[in-house]
Amino acid sequence: MDVYRAIADPTRRAILDELVDRSGQSLFELCARLTMKHGINSSRQAIAQHLGVLEAAGLIRTRRVGRSKLHWFQGAPLKAIAERWPISTDERDT
Amino acid sequence: MRIHLAGVFVNDQQKALRFYTETLGFQLKHNIPLGEFAWITVVSPEDPEGTEFLLEPDNHPAVRPFVDAIVADGIPSTSFAVDDVQAEYERLQAEGVHFVQPPTDLGPVITAVLDDTCGNLIQIQEQKPQP
Repeated sequence: MDVYRAIADPTRRAILDELVDRSGQSLFELCARLTMKHGINSSRQAIAQHLGVLEAAGLIRTRRVGRSKLHWFQGAPLKAIAERWPISTDERDT
Repeated sequence: MRIHLAGVFVNDQQKALRFYTETLGFQLKHNIPLGEFAWITVVSPEDPEGTEFLLEPDNHPAVRPFVDAIVADGIPSTSFAVDDVQAEYERLQAEGVHFVQPPTDLGPVITAVLDDTCGNLIQIQEQKPQP
């Protein structure tokens, strides 16, 4: 899964927004935030699938903490975008 | 029709009774021995004649896989209403309670999720005044 497809979906971008807001969330907490803060009423199964896509793209990592599976944002794959299309210095001047 | 009873499955009824009364602050309502287990319910001191909360043994073979699966996804077994989530969070943390989710503002509600030490995640919820 490439990073461009992963962030093409608005629900997946909202998931990343919420994981930046607080690292280490469970599926339950993420779903509550998506519903209450973004009006996204997808099922837990649908959100779990989105998380799978993001994880395959390297944009999140998961780890079991205690008895729960938690999710963290990882920004490293986004660096490739800035490196591929760097902001030129003359653009900054305009 | 009214709701008079709700509850959770617990892996140790006596430990659960201590947690739900001494730590969370509910009151014992019934403790009726039933052989190896007991019928244990607690009530809120703010509503002692209100809904009873049952601390049910988890000895049925279906319970553990079910609870383990919902805990893995962070899903609470139930939710209790509080006036001030932040104040309860601080009070319970000082008592050594582990929160898996700190107070989180979700718009109309503020929620937090704690571990009841007997197998369950429990949400506490504060309803914000409607503007």
